[in-house]
This record gives sequence, C-alpha cells and structure tokens, in this order.
Amino acid sequence: MTFAEHAALPPVSADAPPRSRGLVGRASGTVLDFARESSAVADVELRKIFRDPTELLTRAVQPTLWLLVFGQVFTRTRAIPTGKLSYLEFMAPGVLAQSVLFSAIFYGIAIIWERDLGIVHKMLVSPASRGALVFGKAISAGLRALSQAVIIILLSLVLGVRLRLDPVSLIGVAIVVVLGAALFSTFSFVIACLVKTRERFMGIGQVLTMPLFFASNAIYPIAMMPEWLRVVARVNPLTYLVNALRELMVQGGQSTVGLPTDFLVLTLACLVMVILAARLYPGIVR
Amino acid sequence: MGLTRRYGTLVAVDHLDLRVESGSIFGLLGPNGAGKSTTIMMLITLLPPSEGGAMVAGYDIIRSPASVRRHIGYVPQSVSADGALTGAENLRLSARLYGLPRSERAERISEALEFMGLSEHADALVKKYSGGMVRRLELAQAMLHRPAVLFLDEPTIGLDPIARHAVWERLRELRQRFGMTVFLTTHDMEEAEALCGTLGIMHSGKLAALGAPEALKKQVGADATLDDVFIHFAGASLGDADSEGGRYSDVRRTRRTATRLG
Repeated sequence: MTFAEHAALPPVSADAPPRSRGLVGRASGTVLDFARESSAVADVELRKIFRDPTELLTRAVQPTLWLLVFGQVFTRTRAIPTGKLSYLEFMAPGVLAQSVLFSAIFYGIAIIWERDLGIVHKMLVSPASRGALVFGKAISAGLRALSQAVIIILLSLVLGVRLRLDPVSLIGVAIVVVLGAALFSTFSFVIACLVKTRERFMGIGQVLTMPLFFASNAIYPIAMMPEWLRVVARVNPLTYLVNALRELMVQGGQSTVGLPTDFLVLTLACLVMVILAARLYPGIVR
Repeated sequence: MGLTRRYGTLVAVDHLDLRVESGSIFGLLGPNGAGKSTTIMMLITLLPPSEGGAMVAGYDIIRSPASVRRHIGYVPQSVSADGALTGAENLRLSARLYGLPRSERAERISEALEFMGLSEHADALVKKYSGGMVRRLELAQAMLHRPAVLFLDEPTIGLDPIARHAVWERLRELRQRFGMTVFLTTHDMEEAEALCGTLGIMHSGKLAALGAPEALKKQVGADATLDDVFIHFAGASLGDADSEGGRYSDVRRTRRTATRLG
C-alpha cells in the first residue's frame, strides 16, 4: 500500500473559498488599524504593570543611590566642571536617562519569556502588522518609564536641584522619557530576536549597559572626554536623551546640540529600531 | 505541495504532499521530531518553507501570508494565554488584534466565553485557571474571529481525562456549528481515534500513511489497534535517535508544557 501518490494537493483544501467575513475582512495596514493593534498591545502591557507595581518601586532604588551617594560625594569634590550648574544639578537628568536605559535594556527578556510560553506565536499568527505589535510594546515600555521620571524629579527637588517645573518643560520631559524608553526597549527587543535565549541575552545586556552609560554625557560633560570617547558619545543615543533632559529638566541646563537635534536623533533612532524589530520579530519563533 | 523545511542538513519536513478536506478534523500523528510541529509552523506562516508551498483556507502561504493569517486560528502546544491577564482581557486582546468591530467585540467575547464554559471565570486571572480552563480559553481566543481553519499543536497534552474530553467536545462542536476545518497534531492515539476523521502519519519528515482511522487499522491487520498502526508506519527501531522519542529539545519542550498545564 503506498500513500505516496496520494494526490499532490496542498494541505488544507484550496477548493473551499473562505466564506465572506465582513467582520475581519478589512485590509489591515492602514493607520487606523496600526493604531488599534498597537494600542491593544500597549493596553494589556499597562494593565499588567498596574496589577503588579512592585517592579516600578524596585526600579527606583538604583537612581536613588546614584543621586544620594554618588551625586552628593561628587558635588563636594568639585572634580567635574559643570559650568553654572552644581554637579548634582548636572547629573540629575543623567541619572534619569540612565535609569530609563537600565530598565529598558532588559525589556527583551520578556519577549524571550513570551516566546517560550507561546504568547509570541499567538501574536504573530494574528493578522496584526508586526510593526504595530512592536510599537505597542515600545509605547508601553515608554509609559512605564514615566514612573521613574516622577521619582527622580521628586528626589531631585528634595535634594535642592533647581528644576524647571512649568507645564511645558514637564510635558517635554515626559515626552523625552517615553521616547528614550521606547528606543532602548526596542533596541533590547532587537537583541532578543537575534540571540533568542535568556542566557545569551542576559550576558549581552550586561555588556551593553555600562559602555552606553559611560560613553555618554550622563555623569560628566563630553568636553572632559578624550577625543576617541567623544566620537563614541556623539553616536550614542543616550547622549541625546541626556541632552534633551538636561535642558528641559534643570534651570540653566543646556543641550550641547540643541533640543530639535536631540528630538530628531531620538525619534529617528526609535523609528529605525521599530522597523528593525518588526523585521526580526517573526524570527524569534524559528 | 512538496512542502519542505531544512535546518542545516536536517530535513525536518521532506516534500510533504497532503490535502485536507474542508470541514473535517484532521490529525497529524508521528513520533517526536517527525516534523509535525514544523509542518504546522509553515502552514500558519510563522516559518517559511525551504522549498514547496501550500494553500491554506484558499490562500497561498508564501504569496499572501497576511490573508492566510486572517482566516486561520492557532493554538500552540505551549501556553499562549497570558497568565497575568484575565480571561476576558486575553479575549479582548485577540478581538482587537483580529480587528473585530468595536460594536461586536463584547458580544463575541461573551459568546466565546460561554461556548467554552468560562463565563464565570471571565474576570479571574488566567494564572489561577486550571490546565483545562487555560486550553479552553486558548481555543476561545483562536475561534473568536471564526477562522476557516483551526490549527492545534497537541491540544490536550498534559490534561487530565475530564479536561481532555471537554476539549474534544468543544472541537467537535466548533466544526459542526461553524464548519471549521480542524488541523491538529497529536501523540495520543485515543485522541486521534475519538476526534479525527482523517489521519496522516508522519515519519522523518515524510507522510507515511493517510486515511480514516478505521481504514488504517484494516490495512495493518484484522484486529490492529491505532497503536499498532502508529508503530507500523512510524516504525521505531530502538536506538534510532531520531525515531525514539525525538530530539532532546523536543522532549524538553513537551515536558515543560505538560508541567505547566498539569
């Protein structure tokens, strides 16, 4: 008995045209669909955070230490030239940027976790555009980072940092924080799609954070750096995040390249990462 | 047609030719590592074939994967419902990702919950669900948009007999009520016999047998059981690493799933 000759026909009959389904038949890919799909993803992510906010609190520990210990000590030494600003005022936006980076950079572990479970399969098998799925995650990571901004702003006030507290500046800070967290979490997403396992991901995450942090103007000005490091700092998106925050957060703080450039760099970098992640996302299940 | 997937030199699925009748329940059997999951992954467009192609629900998996995705549902072997969300939230996510119109979402969701016997647990977190409830919720998510074809990878692995029968019953009814074609993989001969109108037995990436359970049994012997059929066609000689229990990674994944659902 051979079954080999059993009709060379495609799996799952081609002769049964799908019944018309006005409900789900609309073409996806329009802006509205993109917004619906990404907000669906962002919505569930945010629900999960509000359900278990312990993570938000533990994330506050590290920046608090930086400001209280490192900031206080270095303010006394006056070893770092920070112009009109006190060292603490100089570094407060840097600590916020750092805290955004450090928590966003491990975001990819959640993607690997979801892959191991099968949640990623469920997402990818839906007709939602991959870009929308990635963007929804990016937005939720961005909004999540706002809690860090709140904590660091309050702490800075307590420590006597002269902050800009007008609504426009505060909204500006919020936008920049969301943008920065979206950027680095999507960067992390990309890495997760490339390395695919938790072990390798953790290793790479550790390797990346410190260089990104130290090769930026977060805790010392670019002017202090040796020439080669300045070059690295200029291509490091974290520098632009710090820049924008420094100007928007602190009275007398100034971006070294101007706010519009900072915004442009952050937005473009974020866009590139989302596109890249959308391309790589399906690969994580292979 | 000639569906093939290679991983390096390993040919996971080797020129598979297969046709599944619309509105039937089709079971793909085979030992671990025979290529069942890989086949499904290609049919649901999550894995590009190395060679060949297929039509699913009337659409080409290579040329129009987005159309395929719109008309299929899929329940993976591992747990795909999000434990940190409630049952209703999981369903709402699916409804929005599949673009069900806002006006119909609530109705569809409560209908699906009721159909799967989960109405009372709609607002409980899924991590509090039993294994059988999680599976039924996943079925609810996969059927919400009334797909033409429902793909299930080991739908009852790790479930107790009661939960298993409940899933079978729901699948039969999905087919009857909505005319859905169900395509599932299984190791479970009882499941294959109880549920499937047609069976395909895979061995080393090839289709070793195809037919109704009764017909297959007759081919093997007068009083053959489906276990005999399986052994006959997927014939394992002990010590053959490929046929005896699959590769390590498969085993690990299967056991992990069983633990999670149990």
